[in-house]
Amino acid sequence: MSVGAFNHRGVLAVYRFEMHRFRRTLWTGLAVPVITTSLYFVVFGAAIGSRMTEIDGIAYGSFIVPGLMMLSLFTESIFNASFGIHMPRFTGTIYELLSAPMSAFETVLGYVGAAATKATIVALVILATANLFVDVQIAHPFLMLAYLLLVAATFCLFGFIIGIWAKGFEQLQVIPLLVVTPLTFLGGAFYSIDMLAEPWRTITLFNPVVYLINGFRWTFFGTADVPVGYALAATFAFFLLCLAVIAWIFRTGYRLKA
Amino acid sequence: MDSVLSIRGLSKTYKSGTVALKPVDLEIRRGEIFALLGPNGAGKTTLISIVCGLVNPSGGTVTIDGHDIVRDYRAARTKIGLVPQELHTDAFEPVWSTVSFSRGLFGRPGDDAYIEKVLRDLSLWDKRRTIMKELSGGMKRRVMIAKALAHEPEILFLDEPTAGVDVELRRDMWNLVRQLRERGVTIILTTHYIEEAEEMADRVGVINKGELILVEEKDALMRKLGKKELTLQLAEPLAAVPPELADWNLTLNGDGTELHYVFDPKGERTGIPSLLTAMRDSGIQFKDLNTHQSSLEEIFVSLVSDRRLGEARS
Ligand SMILES: Nc1ncnc2c1ncn2[C@@H]1O[C@H](COP(=O)(O)OP(=O)(O)OP(=O)(O)O)[C@@H](O)[C@H]1O
Ligand SMILES: [Mg+2]
Repeated sequence: MSVGAFNHRGVLAVYRFEMHRFRRTLWTGLAVPVITTSLYFVVFGAAIGSRMTEIDGIAYGSFIVPGLMMLSLFTESIFNASFGIHMPRFTGTIYELLSAPMSAFETVLGYVGAAATKATIVALVILATANLFVDVQIAHPFLMLAYLLLVAATFCLFGFIIGIWAKGFEQLQVIPLLVVTPLTFLGGAFYSIDMLAEPWRTITLFNPVVYLINGFRWTFFGTADVPVGYALAATFAFFLLCLAVIAWIFRTGYRLKA
Repeated sequence: MDSVLSIRGLSKTYKSGTVALKPVDLEIRRGEIFALLGPNGAGKTTLISIVCGLVNPSGGTVTIDGHDIVRDYRAARTKIGLVPQELHTDAFEPVWSTVSFSRGLFGRPGDDAYIEKVLRDLSLWDKRRTIMKELSGGMKRRVMIAKALAHEPEILFLDEPTAGVDVELRRDMWNLVRQLRERGVTIILTTHYIEEAEEMADRVGVINKGELILVEEKDALMRKLGKKELTLQLAEPLAAVPPELADWNLTLNGDGTELHYVFDPKGERTGIPSLLTAMRDSGIQFKDLNTHQSSLEEIFVSLVSDRRLGEARS
């Protein structure tokens, strides 16, 4: 009768529910990243890349692949995770989750696990698509995958917080559109920050996304604009910050319980 | 008394400042059907929501089978199932998966045979592949009950299960509740309808403005509340109730123009025919007569004022 120390069936129920939701929109979910990636290659690769052939000895087409993957990973992670928890709040079905023997950790594991899975799949689909246009070499494939998962988990946690904070569907979009996307474009997704003139280069170093993208790029090419240790530390710090906020949310019932 | 749910000093003040529950104490017996009766805004849903973990209490404690709902929430929540007042459903989920989901969420291993039984009991088996948004309101309510039963709870909360439900579903629901009780499930339901409490409950609690005014065995309560009053408007005022009519315990109004007789409409003999005969024999004539049954509203008012009087005396 009793639920053990860990309600793994509850976690699986939430995970499967979320994955099932993604499967309903599987084709659009995968067609979008394939088409956008192809567009980026047509525009950047053909138009700009022909003038900007190499960065740090890497062909421009290959150079932008990690940035493209990160950009999608950020938006997918935030969108899936925020929507996943916002929807039951909006429809009221969250009553069941709140009344179930689920700890905060188990709830987050279910929602964030599913959202991170989907975001990682999308990033890998982008990698596969990019491979059709350019030759992508990966220096540290396992580290690349581990890094992908860490960033996905971090941004899904962030998305989860947004999904709880948001009072409506418009607010779900605000942070991704106004903060994350600009920071990503300005964070060297499509260029090396060494190409910037001062003071822009120094200013750019305050953008946390620079570290995320550079850390990831290092797993591909073994080179980066900033030290990889910084990148990992920054990602991990953000991860822990999100965890702390979520722990606070569940302890107080913020926007979950009246 | 074998108490399965114990509520002590439970209070709730919402952030808006609304005091939804004044400190409430309540013990629910194992295996009983308990009806919580009260007008709109009385605090019924708030009480249930705190017990089920949807609302944070402002004060007090709740234990379910000895498990504190905060410290020992896992053990406590595993035992309860909730059917909320409002219909909340996942529009695109088929009936079968949404019910299986509930079972998993509560940590129970899959059991297709059991889920099939629940769906059949609720006449949902034919709809098992239909997605929620294609179901009628009554069907959705059945699915919500199926979800609450999916993990075989020991205590079931039904928050206004028959609001906006047709006669057939209401009858089905009552049958289901009785079946569950036979299996030993404790049931706590809220309702506005005194007949519903009368039909189903073993005990009744009346709540008004966040205060639990009374908790009583249904039979005892119905004897009190089920009374009707006959009013006779007399042709000629009387100075006092004539001694020939002493048997009926009549009361006379202030100016002597009305006689009041309180009777039990479900009693074997209401005493009305014999009263009318006795009046004719005594030559007392009346112009008009009417009977009146107290509405729930009036009953609440009288309960509250009775309690105030009681408090003032003690
Ligand atoms: N989330 C909330 N925030 C603020 N006030 C609330 C909230 N929920 C309920 N209330 C208030 O608390 C009081 C009790 O409400 P509750 O829903 O418990 O009543 P109820 O007995 O279930 O009524 P009904 O029969 O209409 O369902 C009401 O005054 C209501 O307006
Ligand atoms: Mg209510």
